[in-house]
Amino acid sequence: LAPWIPVVGLEIHAQISSNSKLFSGSQVQFAAPPNSLVSFFDASLPGTLPVLNRRCVEAAVMTGLALNCSINKKSLFDRKHYFYADLPAGYQITQQRVPIAVNGSLSYSLCIDNRMSQMVTKTVRIKQIQLEQDSGKSLHDDTRCQTLVDLNRAGVGLMEVVMEPDMCCGEEAAAAVRELQLILQTLGSSQAVMAEGQLRVDANVSVHHPGEPYGVRTEVKNINSIRFLAKAVDYEIQRQIEELENGGTILNETRAFDSKLGCTVPMRDKEGKQDYRFMPEPNLPPLILYDTKSLPANMNHQQVINIDWIQERLPDLPSVKREKLVEQYGILPEHSFTLLNEDGLAEFFESVVKQTQMKPKKVIGWILNDLLSYLKQHSLTVKESPVSSILLADLLNLLEKKEISSTAAKRVLAELWKGEGKTPLEIVKEQKLELLQDQKELEQICQAVIDGQENEVIMMVLG
Amino acid sequence: VSAALKEGRVTPTELCQRCLVLIKSTKFLNAYITVAEETALKQAEESEERYKRGQPLGTLDGIPIAVKDNFNTAGIETTCASNMLKGYISPYNATVVQKLLDHGAVLLGKTNLDEFAMGSGSTDGVFGPVRNPWSYSKQYKEKSVPKSLSEDKESDWVITGGSSGGSAAAVSSFTCFAALGSDTGGSTRNPAAHCGVVGLKPTYGLISRHGLIPLVNSMDVPGILTRCVDDAAVLLGSLAGHDPKDSTTIQDDFKPFELPNLTDVSKLSIGIPKEYHAPGLSSEILALWSKAADLFKNAGAKVVEVSLPHTRYSIVCYHVLCTAEVASNMARFDGLEYGHRSDMKDSTESMYAATRREGFNDVVRGRILSGNYFLLKQNYEKYFVKAQKVRRLIANDFLKVFMSGVDVLLTPTTLSDAAPYTEFIQEDNRTRSAQDDILTQAANMAGLPAINVPTALSERGLPVGLQFIGRSFQEKQLLTVAKWFEKQVQFPVIELEEVKRHDNGVFQHQKSASFS
Repeated sequence: LAPWIPVVGLEIHAQISSNSKLFSGSQVQFAAPPNSLVSFFDASLPGTLPVLNRRCVEAAVMTGLALNCSINKKSLFDRKHYFYADLPAGYQITQQRVPIAVNGSLSYSLCIDNRMSQMVTKTVRIKQIQLEQDSGKSLHDDTRCQTLVDLNRAGVGLMEVVMEPDMCCGEEAAAAVRELQLILQTLGSSQAVMAEGQLRVDANVSVHHPGEPYGVRTEVKNINSIRFLAKAVDYEIQRQIEELENGGTILNETRAFDSKLGCTVPMRDKEGKQDYRFMPEPNLPPLILYDTKSLPANMNHQQVINIDWIQERLPDLPSVKREKLVEQYGILPEHSFTLLNEDGLAEFFESVVKQTQMKPKKVIGWILNDLLSYLKQHSLTVKESPVSSILLADLLNLLEKKEISSTAAKRVLAELWKGEGKTPLEIVKEQKLELLQDQKELEQICQAVIDGQENEVIMMVLG
Repeated sequence: VSAALKEGRVTPTELCQRCLVLIKSTKFLNAYITVAEETALKQAEESEERYKRGQPLGTLDGIPIAVKDNFNTAGIETTCASNMLKGYISPYNATVVQKLLDHGAVLLGKTNLDEFAMGSGSTDGVFGPVRNPWSYSKQYKEKSVPKSLSEDKESDWVITGGSSGGSAAAVSSFTCFAALGSDTGGSTRNPAAHCGVVGLKPTYGLISRHGLIPLVNSMDVPGILTRCVDDAAVLLGSLAGHDPKDSTTIQDDFKPFELPNLTDVSKLSIGIPKEYHAPGLSSEILALWSKAADLFKNAGAKVVEVSLPHTRYSIVCYHVLCTAEVASNMARFDGLEYGHRSDMKDSTESMYAATRREGFNDVVRGRILSGNYFLLKQNYEKYFVKAQKVRRLIANDFLKVFMSGVDVLLTPTTLSDAAPYTEFIQEDNRTRSAQDDILTQAANMAGLPAINVPTALSERGLPVGLQFIGRSFQEKQLLTVAKWFEKQVQFPVIELEEVKRHDNGVFQHQKSASFS
C-alpha cells in the first residue's frame, strides 16, 4: 500500500486583549449580562460608522513581529457579506485584500516517541495575520422555536492567524498552537484561553500520496481545547485515509469535531459555497503604519504607530526565555519547555533557586518530578500550590545541608502538601527525621541492629 | 432675520410659531414627514432666553431649520421615507444635527425624500411625493395653460426633483430658513435647482457623515439648502470640521469664513466643460448657460472651454458603484435589532426575506439585487474594479482642468425645469435617475464641492439654476463666485399666497430673504 502524506493547516482566531472593541468604544468583557456591552455601532444602528481602535492595531503589530512577519505599512479593510443572526450589519469588517502582516514563521518543538529527552524543532509558515471583527453569539432554543442573540461579543477585535499546511499530524498542530498561545500570552496581545473562546482553532486537513497533488481538504471546526485539536486532526486524517482506501472520495466540506464521540461529523449549516461579495470598507481609510525612517517629522506621535518603537519594546518571547533558563541555570532544554508550559512554574522555579543553596540542576528535579506531578494529580495550578516556593526552598536547604536524607525530604514534602501551615523544620522534628550526624550514636544503633539479628549476621559472615 | 432676532424685532418663539403655522397651511406640499412642534417650541423658548440675556449662541440661534429624514435625530422619528424604518426613533443625533442644535437652531421637523434617498424626484417615498411650491406660485400659474376650467390644485403640480425634495420645498416655501439635505449624485443640487433655492454640496470629507443613513458611503455628503449664498456659508461654518466619529473626515482645522463682496472678477478663470452640453439639455437652459458665461466674460473674467472627456461614462460607473454600496449598506436591515420585522416566523431566513420584501420598495430592492450581482466573485473585477478605475479617470479629468488654471467650472444643474408629476412618473426611477444625474453626479465621483445658484425663471415660470463646481476644500472661493453671480442675476422671490398671508415682513424683506 502506498503511504499517505497528511497535510494540516490551521486558521486561528485570537481575541485581542483590549479594553474596547475593534471599531467602537464598548467594553470587552467575558460573561457579562447579555447585550450589556453593545454600542450603537455594534448593534448596526443606521448611520453609525467604525472608528479604528489603536490598541488593537498595536496588538496585531506586536504579534506580527513576534511571528517574524513583514508588517504591511499600508493595509486595507474590507466587508465580507453574509446573513446571520449574530452579524447585525450583514457583513463583517475584515482584511481580505491586504492584511496587516504577512510571511512569518513559528518554531515549535516536539518530543520524539514521547521521550522528553529527544526534542525536535519544527517550523510552520505564517501566511498572514489580519484584523477583523468577532461576531455575536446566537443560541438556538428549539423548545420555543426561537433564536436568542447576544451581541456582547459582536465587534470585539480578532487577529486571524493563518498557518500554512506545513504540519502533518495532530501532535504537530497541537504543539504549534501551544507555542502560539504562549507567545500571545507573553506579548499580552491576547489572553488566548481556549475555554473562554479567546483562541479558536479551525483545522484544514487533507491526505495524498507522495508525488501526487494535494488531496481535497476538509475544514474541521468546533475544537475546544489543544488536546481535542490533536484528536480531531488525527481522527480526520484516519477517516480520510480509510475513505479513500475504500474507494470513496473526500468532499470539500466543513466538519465539526464531536468531543464526546471523538470523531468529526459534517456540519448541517454550511450548504454549498458562499460568495461573500467582498467589497472595500468605504468608511475606513487605508491603515498606514510607520517606522522610524518613514515617520514624518511633525507628526503627533499619538496619531501614529511606529513599528520600530513596538519592536524595541517586545518582551522576551518563550523561545528566548527558554534559552535564558538553560543558560542561566544549566538545566536541560526539555526542562525549559516544561517550565514554560505550566503557567507560573518558571517563576516558581526561579524563586526557589534564589532562596536555596541547592544547585538549580538539582532543584529542577524537585520542581518537575515532585511538585509538578503532585499539582497534576490534584488538578491544581502553580498559583494554587499549597507548598509555596519559600517552603520548598527551606526543605531543599535542609537536604542540602545534609540535615535530612532525600527519602526523609520526600516524606516531609508529602506532609507539606497537606497545607497545615507547618514549616519543614517543624515536620522534621515531629517525625524525628533528622539525619544523625554523631558517629558514636550511629555505631551504637548499628551494633544494636547486629546484636538483634544474630543468625543473619552469622550467615552473612559465612558468605 | 438674524439681525431681526438680535434687535428684538422678532422673537425666536414668534418665528417658530409662524413657521409652524405656515407648515400647516402648506401641508399639501407634503414636504414634511414629521413636524416636531413641541420640541421646536421648547428650543425656541430656550433661544429666547438667551437673547434676553444678551447671550445668543451666534447667527444661527433661534433660526428654524428642517432636516432631511435620513439624518438621525434623537427622540424624533427617522424613517428615510421607508416602511423599514417607520416608527424608528433613533437614540442619537447625527453630528450635523447636534452641531446645529449646539448653535441654537430650532429643529422644526424631518423632511420628505425618495425612499433611502434613491431617486431624483422625491416621488418614491412611502409618504407620497413632494410637490414643488412653485407649482402654486403666481409666476407658474400665470404661465401655465389651464387644461380645463375645473382644474384644481391636484392635477398640474410639478415635482421638486430629488432626493432632498422635502428640504428644498421647505426652504423654498419659507417654512424654514435653511435645511439639511444629502447629496450622493446630485440629491441636494437637483431639487435646489427645481425649487429655486441655493443647494450646496460640500467637499467629501469636510462635513461629518456620522448619523447620516448612508446610500453610498464613498460619495454621500450632507447638503445645505438655503435661500441665499451667504446663508449657505453660515451653515457651512457651523457644520464643517473633523469628527472623530467619522474616519473619512479630514483632520485639518476648518475656519468658518464670511464671504467677501467680490467686485472684480478679472482674475477669475471660469471653465465651461463642453461635455455638459448633454443630450436632452433644454434649449432654454443652454441659452441661460451661455448667457451666464457671457456675464462673466463681460465682467472681465477669463472664460474658457474645457474638456472632461470621461463625463459620458459617469452614469454607468455611478450605477455600478452605487448599487454595490447600497447592497452592502442595506444588509443591516434584517428586522432583528430595529425597524420593521415581519410576522413570518418559520425560520430566521424566511423572516429576513419577508422583512426586506415588506420593508423596501421596488427601487431599493432593485438596487440591492444589481449591487449583489456586481459584487459576486466572478463579476467583481469586471464591474466593481473597472468602475473604480473609471471613477479615478473622471476625478483626474477635473484635476487636470483645475491644474491648468481654471478656478471654477460653470455648468447647468438640470436638463430642464421641473417636470409635471404625471409626466415624471411615466418613466421608472432608474431611467429618471440616469437622465437627471448626468450633470451633477461627476462631482460626487470626484468628491468636489458644487453649488446650485437659482438663476432665472423658465418659460413656464419655473426656476432654473446653474451649477458651479470648485476645487477640493476651496469652498470659500466657490461660494464667493456663487455669491457674485447671485447678485448679478437677482433671481425673483417666489410669490406664494400662503406665504403672503402669514408674513408680516419677516419672511420677505427686500428682494431676497436671508438670515445672515
